This record gives sequence, structure tokens and C-alpha cells, in this order.
Amino acid sequence: MALVLNEDQLLLKDSAQSFCQQLAPVSVLRRLRDSNDETGFDQAIWTQMVDLGWAGMAIPEAYGGYGFGYGGLGVVLEETGRTLVSSPLISTVLLAATAINELGSEQQKQELLPKIVAGELLVALALDENSSHAPSRIHTSAERSGDGFILNGAKTFVLDGHVAQKLIVVARSSGEIDSKQGIGLFLVDATLEGIAINRTHMVDSRNSAKIEFSQVEVGADALLGEADGGFDGLDRVLDIARIGLAAEMLGSIQEVFERILDFLKTREQFGILIGSFQGLQHRAATMYSEIELCKSVVRAALAGLDDPAKSREDIAELASIAKAKLSEVFFEVSNEGIQMHGGIGMTDEFDIGFFLKRARVAQQFLGDASFHRDRYASLNNF
Amino acid sequence: MQALEKFQKNTREWLQANCPESMRTAMVADEVVWGGRNARFKNPDSKLWLERMAARGWTCPTWPAEYGGGGLNKEEAIILNQELRRINARPALTSFGISMLGPVLLESGSVDQIMEHIPKIVAGEIRWCQGYSEPGSGSDLASLSTRAELHGDTYTINGSKVWTSYADQADWIFCLVRTDFEVPKHAGISFILFDMASPGITTKPIQLISGGSPFCETFFDDVKVPQRNLVGRLNEGWSIAKRLLQHERTMISSFGLSSGQSDRGGTTTSNLASVEAAAMHYRGDSDRLSDAVLRDRIAQFKIDSAAFAYTSQRSIEESKQGQGPNATSSMLKNYGCELNKRRYELLMQALGSQGLGWEGDGFNSDELQVTREWLRSKANSIEGGTSEIQLNVIAKRVLGLPDIMSMSKQQGSK
Repeated sequence: MALVLNEDQLLLKDSAQSFCQQLAPVSVLRRLRDSNDETGFDQAIWTQMVDLGWAGMAIPEAYGGYGFGYGGLGVVLEETGRTLVSSPLISTVLLAATAINELGSEQQKQELLPKIVAGELLVALALDENSSHAPSRIHTSAERSGDGFILNGAKTFVLDGHVAQKLIVVARSSGEIDSKQGIGLFLVDATLEGIAINRTHMVDSRNSAKIEFSQVEVGADALLGEADGGFDGLDRVLDIARIGLAAEMLGSIQEVFERILDFLKTREQFGILIGSFQGLQHRAATMYSEIELCKSVVRAALAGLDDPAKSREDIAELASIAKAKLSEVFFEVSNEGIQMHGGIGMTDEFDIGFFLKRARVAQQFLGDASFHRDRYASLNNF
Repeated sequence: MQALEKFQKNTREWLQANCPESMRTAMVADEVVWGGRNARFKNPDSKLWLERMAARGWTCPTWPAEYGGGGLNKEEAIILNQELRRINARPALTSFGISMLGPVLLESGSVDQIMEHIPKIVAGEIRWCQGYSEPGSGSDLASLSTRAELHGDTYTINGSKVWTSYADQADWIFCLVRTDFEVPKHAGISFILFDMASPGITTKPIQLISGGSPFCETFFDDVKVPQRNLVGRLNEGWSIAKRLLQHERTMISSFGLSSGQSDRGGTTTSNLASVEAAAMHYRGDSDRLSDAVLRDRIAQFKIDSAAFAYTSQRSIEESKQGQGPNATSSMLKNYGCELNKRRYELLMQALGSQGLGWEGDGFNSDELQVTREWLRSKANSIEGGTSEIQLNVIAKRVLGLPDIMSMSKQQGSK
């Protein structure tokens, strides 16, 4: 397993880095927030990201993508994490396109994936129903009706749910709550009758929605995969997304840490640089060590996704290792980002607060550290 | 690529034919092979295994073949290591000659010194110990005061060392001595080698909280050492000393990698090798650990262990051929030691009162061993430079943070 970037990935990293630093810095997110932007992301920047091929990075060439693998997408996500780029990269590319690519029929893939690659289609995954991630805790029902289904229920924390043209709705056609049996994925137009979408303004200034489904009629062709045996496929999609999200978190963590180091090397108190104080040095050295571990697990997990020899269980374990570890370290480093900057870190004018806010959302999304430690233990039979 | 595949195939075949069956089982504490003039082989297979591996130079796979080493390049060495792990092979030889002295001698020693010592390290003929710490010089290693005075072509050494691992069983010592008292402390230290059978040397084992005595006090009283045994230049021993510490830290960091065997950190065997298995065994749990808090802590520990193993692997991939360890060795040392300590604390928690026995009836030997190893593991974050010193090294050499004590003591820190 290669834990270092190859030449193609290094080139990609350079170009992604200069794009994000120059064209999509943190000030863009600040502007979107301050102007209460309706979409929550900058359409012009998204168009440029699409032009760079980022929306098709991991999509096979047969469907208009670039076949760069998840290793490639991970490199891009890491750089977008450094400047907190708000874009449909997570919702549409990492989650929805992966779901369609992994679970869709040939016809669905032919129809939808090229549109995502071209930036013409935004899709959101409507999964969570509770305030904490629990992918089998699905109340939303899919009742068979004629050839199709009728959807009823409510979803929360639907990333980019307010701008997506299509929704992938996780719903139950049979089985008890928490059962992994009886769950299916339904791809529906967001404009269908009976769908009520309420944008929620999240603390990280990215956008989610609460969505209610009331007697929503969908055809049999809406099914993505099987109607009641969809959980394993969903879990596979979620693992890919967890690893991609971990890559984005890695970028944010490194950025916070570098900003801390810069501050320690320039801020003077008591007539000397504060970075010479051992109390701060040891905390910085501890963070450095944890971040090195984060880099390794993200690289290992991304390499695992592109390695056909890895089993489903291997990927599940790698995903939980990555999401647990990155969630834990992002928590610590984002807190230190405020504390080590002192008073200035508390001001809105200073950017570091955006990283703290993003940290908590990213930690929670797709399962926090304790969710993934529990899952890791179960995967390892203890 | 083809050459590597061929190497892998040949290696696998050779190991299949030459690694004795009993050497493919988990290491047992008293069967670790240290070599030396008084080498003991409790299991006769371990002698055979050592001889066969040493004949190919595979006790030191990457050392030059002209000095008895394996002469393998980095890729080949990784393959050899993988193949050894694949059959769960025990290390044929464990020694401070391999993990500490050899690498710096190859870098800084004279041709004569290399010719004299390297082949014997490869073959396990000479067992080395490390003369670093002194009663007054622990973390502030560079303040050491054991003196070496030159008369004619012979040094006379006087002073004492402490925490000298296995000094009572070692044949030779690599030792830091002060050869100039008039200059700043780092500029008056030399690195010298001598025979522990020389007149004037006495060793006294120190009993630890674990009950074991792996360390000694070592006293030098007018010990005569030939001038040619000085490694590198006079008064320039500190840079060699620091380089050796990087190798030592890399070795100690491996304690965090797995439960198999280690040369200074203890061993675990049987169903106690895995913390979660032990925790479930002692609670009578069958499919899920009933103590939810312990379960979470074990999961966190295992996730960190996996992340650490990937990091060690990445560090090898990133290092260039022959470059050896770098400043990240401090990070790996620190993290690996803390992980190993966490493992033993979790094992103690897993065993409950069965992990609290000291000796005698009521406890099996594995349980008693865990208690002792738990105590022994506390030294992991002290030996080879304390965790606090490693954090200092990371802060200054890796992160480039300003050094408030650069003019005084701190740079002399071990």
C-alpha cells in the first residue's frame, strides 16, 4: 500500500492548492455568510472547479469521469479543507455520485453521472432522521403502491438539500426501526408534490436542510438498487464518503496547525516569542504527532479505496479508523486554534473561528468519533 | 520489479527450508537471543536459526555485504521483513550492536574499527552495552563527567554510568566520556569503545519496581583503553551520540507496533496478546465486551495503534535509501512508548484482580508476567530520552519553534 503521493497526485495537489489559495480562500466563505447567499456556495467558483475536472475525479471514464480514483479526489478534498471551500463537492460528488456509481443501474449511471461531472446536476443524500448519525435508524417509509412507492417521513442534516435538483432518500419498505433489512434508496426530483424543504443555517456557514415527505408518489424507476436490501450498499457509499470527508478534515486540521505555528513564531509577550515557552511547545509537538497519524490513516484509507484487493470489511474498518481519528484530532486542534491565539482567536474578524465551527459539523457528519469507535469494536468482534 | 519478485520468491523458499518450526511461534521472554561470548540458547533451534540467518547477513539485512551484512537495498529489506512476518518468525538476534552501535559505526567509524566490530555484531559474537547516562546526567546528558585522559597512546577512564542495560552480561561498551573540561559541555565529549573484561570495571545490577534488573550501575576505575578505540574525532563525540539516539528511539518506537516481542519492553503471549480478548475472557463475555467504557477505550487504543503502524510504514516509505532515521524518530519514539504504556494499563484493567498478583499461587504465569511487564513499561517513556525531551526535540528541530535555552542547558538534553 502506497502511503506517499505519486507523481500525478503531487501535480494535482499543487494545482488544487494554488486554486484554493488564490480563488477560493476563507474570505469567500465569509462573504457567502455575510451576504446570506441563497445557494450557500459560489456558483462561479464551483463552475471553475468543475472545469478543473474535480466533479468527475473518481467517476469512471465510461460515464464521463476522469478515472483519477479516490486518491485523486482525496487530494482535492484535502486542499479544499485548507480554505474551507463551500461547494457541492461533498454532497453531490462524494455522496450522491458515489451512490449512483455504486448502486445505480446502467441506465441511471449513463443518464446522471455525466451531468454531475459537467456540473449540471446537484443531488443531495437525505439520510439522517435523528440528531446523531444512525444510518439504520430509518422511520421514513416507502410503501408499495401499484408499480411504485409512496414516501412519508422527515429528514434532517441533508447537506445542500435546499439547492439540489434531485434527492436520494433513504426509506424503509419493511422491517422494524434499526433493522438493516428493509431499507432502500430512492432517487427523486426535489420538486415533487409532497416534498417540503426548509433550509437550515448551520454554524459552519454551509447549508443543510430539513425535508418532509408527505404522500410523495414515485415510480419504480426511482429505486437506486434494491427496495429492501439496500443497506449494505448504502453503508459502502457512506464509508467512501467518510474517508473523503476525513481527507477534507485533514486539510483543515493542517491549516489550523500551521496558523498556530505562525502565531507562536511571531507573537511576543514578556519580551520574547511565545513559541519559546515549553508549555506551548509541548502542546504543539503533541498536536504535530497526532496530525502525522492523521495523514497516515487518510492516505491508507484512500489507497484502500483504490485497491481492488481490499475487502468490504477492510474498507469499513479503514473508514471507521479514519473518521474516528480525524474527528478526535480536529476537535483538539480546533480548540487549540482558539486557545493558543488568545483573545484575537475569539474575534469574528479573525478566521480561526471558522475552522472551529467547521470542525464540529464535520465531526458530527457521517458519524462522530464515538460512533466510529463503537463500529470499529463491532467490526472486530468485541 | 522482476528482480524484486524473484527475490521474494527465493526468500520465501529459503525461509521455508531454513526457519525451524519452533522459531515460527511467538517469542518467549527467556528465549530471546542476545548473542555474545556467553550466549545462552535455551532453545537449541534458536542457535541454528541465528547461525543460518547470520551466514546470509540477514541479522543486519541492509549492512554492506563486505562486512558480513546482508547487502540488501531498501525494497529487498522490506520484502525480507514481510516474509519473516508472514511466517511469524522470531528475530534471530536482538542486540544493541544491531539497533544502536552498528549504524553509527558504519557512518563514523574508521575502516579498522568497522572491520573489527561489524562482522562480530552480525554474527552475534559480541554483545554490546550503552554507556550514556550518569548519576548526575540524565535528561541533561551532555553534562556527563566520566573522564578519559590520554597518556601516550592509552586513555585512562574514571567515573561511573547508570541505567546501563545488561552491563553485567555485555562484552563491550560504547561509551560517552569527557575529554575536555575547559570548553562548553557539548564540545568536550568523545565516543569510545572498550572491552568490559578490562581491569577496573565493575557492574552492579539495579532492582526495578518490576522486580527485574535489566539495568546496572557501572564503575570505571583507571580503565586502560587504546587510543585507536576512539570513534570519530576527539571532542566531537556529541554528534555521534545524538545520531545513535535517533537509532535508539527508532528501536524503542517499535514497542508501540505490536504485541509480539520486543527487546526492552517485554513480551506478551497466549490469550493475553490482545487486550480485547483478555477483557472478554475475564468477564465471560462471548460476542461483545460488556464494560462499555473499557470497550470504547480499547477501540480508541487499537485505532491509535493502527494509525501509528501506518505512520511507521509511511516513515520508511518516505526515507530515502540509506538515509536512516530522522527527526521524526522522536515523534515515533514518544508515541510508540505512550501507546505501549496504554496497552499495559488496558491489560491491567482487562485482568482486574488477576492482574494484581506478585508471585505464588492464585495466578498463572501469564498473569504474573503481565503485572511485571506493566511495571516495566513505565520506563518506556524515560529510557532513550524522556517523553518530555522528545517533545522538546519535536518542537525545536521539526517545528522550528524558538529555543529559549539555546545558550544553556537545553541543547545538551538527551
